Amino acid sequence: MNADKGITHGINLDDLQRERQRLNIDEEEISLKVSDLNLYYGDSQALKNISIKIPKNRVTAFIGPSGCGKSTLLRCFNRMNDLIDGVRIDGSIELQDENIFNKGVNVADLRRRVGMVFQKPNPFPKSIYENVAYGLRIQGINTRRILDEAVEKALKGAALWDEVKDRLHESAMGMSGGQQQRLVIARSIAIEPEVMLLDEPASALDPISTLKIEELIYELKSDYTIVIVTHNMQQAARVSDYTAFMYMGDLVEYGDTNTIFTNPGMKQTEDYITGRYG
Amino acid sequence: MIKQWVKSGNPWIWMTAGAVSISILMVVGVLGLVTVKGMVYFWPNDVIEIKHKSAEGKQQNLVGEIYDEEKVPVQRIRDAGIKIETNDEYVTRYLLKTGNRDVTGADFRWVLAANFIAQETPGDLVVVERREWGNQYGRVLALKQNGKVVAEGEQAWPKLQESIQRVVGLHKQTRDLEKGDIGAINYELEKLRLDRRRLELDGVTDPQVFGGIKEQEQELKEKYSKLEEKLTELYREMQRDTYVFEVMDGKKIEQSVSKVVRAFQPNVMGITGKLGHYAEKVWEFVSDDPREANTEGGIFPTIFGTILMVLIMAVLVTPLGVIAAVYLREYAKQGPLTRTIRIAVNNLAGVPSIVYGVFGLGFFVYFLGGSIDELFFPEALPAPTFGTGGIMWASLTLALMTLPVVIVSTEEGLSRVPRAVREGSLALGATKAETLWRTVLPMASPAMMTGLILAVARAAGEVAPLMLVGVVKLAPSMPLDWNAPFLHLERKFMHLGFHIYDVGFQSPNIEAARPLVYATALLLVLVIIVLNLAAIAIRNRLREKYRSLEH
Repeated sequence: MNADKGITHGINLDDLQRERQRLNIDEEEISLKVSDLNLYYGDSQALKNISIKIPKNRVTAFIGPSGCGKSTLLRCFNRMNDLIDGVRIDGSIELQDENIFNKGVNVADLRRRVGMVFQKPNPFPKSIYENVAYGLRIQGINTRRILDEAVEKALKGAALWDEVKDRLHESAMGMSGGQQQRLVIARSIAIEPEVMLLDEPASALDPISTLKIEELIYELKSDYTIVIVTHNMQQAARVSDYTAFMYMGDLVEYGDTNTIFTNPGMKQTEDYITGRYG
Repeated sequence: MIKQWVKSGNPWIWMTAGAVSISILMVVGVLGLVTVKGMVYFWPNDVIEIKHKSAEGKQQNLVGEIYDEEKVPVQRIRDAGIKIETNDEYVTRYLLKTGNRDVTGADFRWVLAANFIAQETPGDLVVVERREWGNQYGRVLALKQNGKVVAEGEQAWPKLQESIQRVVGLHKQTRDLEKGDIGAINYELEKLRLDRRRLELDGVTDPQVFGGIKEQEQELKEKYSKLEEKLTELYREMQRDTYVFEVMDGKKIEQSVSKVVRAFQPNVMGITGKLGHYAEKVWEFVSDDPREANTEGGIFPTIFGTILMVLIMAVLVTPLGVIAAVYLREYAKQGPLTRTIRIAVNNLAGVPSIVYGVFGLGFFVYFLGGSIDELFFPEALPAPTFGTGGIMWASLTLALMTLPVVIVSTEEGLSRVPRAVREGSLALGATKAETLWRTVLPMASPAMMTGLILAVARAAGEVAPLMLVGVVKLAPSMPLDWNAPFLHLERKFMHLGFHIYDVGFQSPNIEAARPLVYATALLLVLVIIVLNLAAIAIRNRLREKYRSLEH
């Protein structure tokens, strides 16, 4: 790591959006509220007493070394962990004041409201059009006109429309990795979720594709609450408004990105950000 | 040196390559043998006339085609009481197909080459294929119409050909009439009989109802008697011509032309004539019904039965196997129980097929079929409807037999669908069932097809269980015809594999049937290959469509 540029990890913070300076979590409208969340894989505890508020229409980044539980926490928000055998959860996550772990909650509906993009692009082996229309078709929308509009809107929203508008009905498997990842984002946008969860969305991509994804995240935050998990410190600093640092299943520090990167309150956070470990 | 060679791994390469070569050679050898022996059967061989000294020392005339030749030790011949003048240790003898079974009592005879006096292939020798008694070899002397000679000597041959053309046309008409119109009437009459019986069983006494049935019956019977008149007329027409034929030892016989399928003079046929004859025979073989206890004519019903049975089996086994695999892989809790089930399923694939046959007979035919008969077809009892072997039970038995391969390969296909794709679908708000239906199953479909290919390959060649649950030597009617409901699942059917067994080993005339066994075997192999290629083509299309996510 480049030590002479200070603790900012080679990032010129002056270039970042200065609006962040006035960010204050207490003034934000809260989208997701996590209280006393504990998660166990069998006997081992993966998340310990996590309490965090995710502000609406902001980008919140989870950082931390591998295995710290940031992806696990992210996957709690749309109950993806339900698919894993032997997972036990206590505590609550409130989405618009309703606990998503309540008995009456329809998981499919929840996932419609909380979209997710994964580390590796995972388009379906269908045409580009059908990939984007998938979520709508699941909801029983099959009217050609509505689908056409929604697909165009979603692809434009994901900054992919100009590249693919002439080959909408070709297989999505023929696209480049970066295009595929933006297609997957478009697929999520198409069902108009409230929250978008991004699980290391650019880690499998080349720098140019990464940049496009980051620009996209910046544009999307006016419409969506975005939670992003990333290994890449620069990325967290560039795109996020709030940053949470996690370590060994604990939420160590949470605050606005500027503070975390320039003036972290905890020694652990500082060590991680400056690259002393992790 | 040797040690180093062993260490280099070369011996292994040689050994494995050798094993592959041997396997390929064996497969090619089998296919080659079957192809050659099966294909030559239809070729019109020359007919030879032999002057030959018989065992009693008399001079004898023989006419026929050479079928086979072998070398036998002289001692064996002498032991049989036949005198032979030679100093060689071995003599050649020929198997001559002399036909004329109605006159001489045997189709074939062995002739010692040493006893030949003269051998020639005169052009006027005729082979007559007949509907009964096999082939006739000899010379046509005259043709008669209504007992009066209309052509003799040279003119007899072309006249006979004309007459055969006419008779064959008439034959086709009678067959169409019998199988088509009269068959339909019989089918209707049987249905009416069953209707009446059902009403009687239900305790209906209303004379009006029975009157209605009687009226319909009357109507059908009138139609029938008209058709019967037509049929009698056709039969009389057929009997018009007779021909006088001289067989090898000069005996003259007079026979009706109506018994003739075709007559030809192989010794004067050119290569194009022979090729034409060959094509005609091959076409007859694949498109016609069998004659003469299956040893002559075609095998169309067996091809049809085989393919239909395999298709019905595929329709039954695919959904069942796929559903079972989906439950095992996607829904069932993985644990000792599912492991046990999986082991059991795998072992089912190793159970001998005849065991499935016995099970099919006991469970499907007697128990299920018997119950169905009692519940739904009481009017036909004591004659069974489903309570006897039939194409449905045969297909079901084979479906059961091939179920394991479909389950195993579908499971494999399901497990190969990447987790990322499933999660992608779930994250968009799809339920597990929607994810399965819209994404996972389509992606696993090539694997399902692989299972189906294996199932078809096994089922199409299977004979043993079928003998217990529905295959017959000669089925009077096909399981698919023009009488509603068109597909008759309760009917018995013919099958290529069983046909091979029956013709080759149960036939009264083994020598005559032997080439037919090869031809049928060749056809069976072709049918299986075609079925497999079709399935593989579909699978490749699916594979292309759902190319997996590996980058």
